[in-house]
Amino acid sequence: MNSQTKKAAPTQEESAALDRLREQLVAEAAKHELVDISYRIVDSPIGRLLLAGTEAGLVRVAFETEGHEHILEVLAEKISPRILKNPRNFDRVAYQLEQYFDGTLHDFDLPLDLQLSTAFRRQVQLELGNIGYGQTRSYLQVAEHIGKPKAVRAVGSACATNPLPIVLPCHRVLRSDGSLGGYLGGLDVKTTLLRLENPSFAGSEQRLF
Amino acid sequence: MKAPFEQIVHDYGLNVLRVCRAVLDEHRAQDAWSETFLSALKAYPKLADDANVLAWLVRIAHRKAIDELRRQRPEVSWEQLPEEAEETSDPAQSAVDNLQLWQQVGLLPEKQRLVVAYRYLGGLDYAQIAQILCGSEAAARRAASDGIRKLRAMNLNNEYFQELS
Repeated sequence: MNSQTKKAAPTQEESAALDRLREQLVAEAAKHELVDISYRIVDSPIGRLLLAGTEAGLVRVAFETEGHEHILEVLAEKISPRILKNPRNFDRVAYQLEQYFDGTLHDFDLPLDLQLSTAFRRQVQLELGNIGYGQTRSYLQVAEHIGKPKAVRAVGSACATNPLPIVLPCHRVLRSDGSLGGYLGGLDVKTTLLRLENPSFAGSEQRLF
Repeated sequence: MKAPFEQIVHDYGLNVLRVCRAVLDEHRAQDAWSETFLSALKAYPKLADDANVLAWLVRIAHRKAIDELRRQRPEVSWEQLPEEAEETSDPAQSAVDNLQLWQQVGLLPEKQRLVVAYRYLGGLDYAQIAQILCGSEAAARRAASDGIRKLRAMNLNNEYFQELS
């Protein structure tokens, strides 16, 4: 069985034709409401970010270190495999992120889709939106805010599984002693975001041990 | 587990384009490509996880192409073939060579054209082709070798057809 027929590289003309056809497909598929998730990848000071959304709103923001392809596979499994890239989407999200990284936007105003989270985690993740720009809270404080002071560990996992980092600012949650705790995008990114919001933030020097 | 559909378009868009172009004229080939992927996207969630995705796509493309062919014969003719290739190796030239290839496949009798397209451009094996065309594997093999002989007679010397036994 020869596979060279399959692997033969596209000519320039074929690549150009495929680009056009793909673009048309995305538009047609959207028109027929056949796309369950569309996505786009944007550059940012903390690396390339994957933005994925459903009709309801932004469903996932993923750091490059999470592996964008892996995240798309997870979305295919958990929500729907009808996933298409659409660079024309997410202008509003991309614009707000850009402003956020410029330091001019303090609160995101976007439709969100938290279907990846369980009810409890959704409650915690939405509560994150109430932590003001440049402020931090401890996991315990968040637990108290939602009226479940004993659920500190569960709050921790809700933050760790936040599907919309940056937009829902789980980076503003620290351990009670002021140390960073964890972060999906890595502690460097967490520090970068906290310093962006508050240049005098020095949390990264503090360690538990 | 199923791949995101974007991956399917990325992996097989070219195969389907080549199949469509071999079977239909350029304009309708592009329509058939679009309709194939639109239908595929619609049906994708129900596709078995272990299905041969390429065979599935070529089957859909085949149905779209047959619909088109029933409406009208392809509009390919000798007059439309590009002029003889010059002795250069620039990428634009290889594109022309390929265009010529697709169009020459389009000149074969229908059955040979379909079998050659599905085998050499779509990458299907003869058993899969036999299934799509509702014929036997041996007949598909025969049609392919007849088709290839004819393409050879057209002085076609293309790497895509080097597989022959």
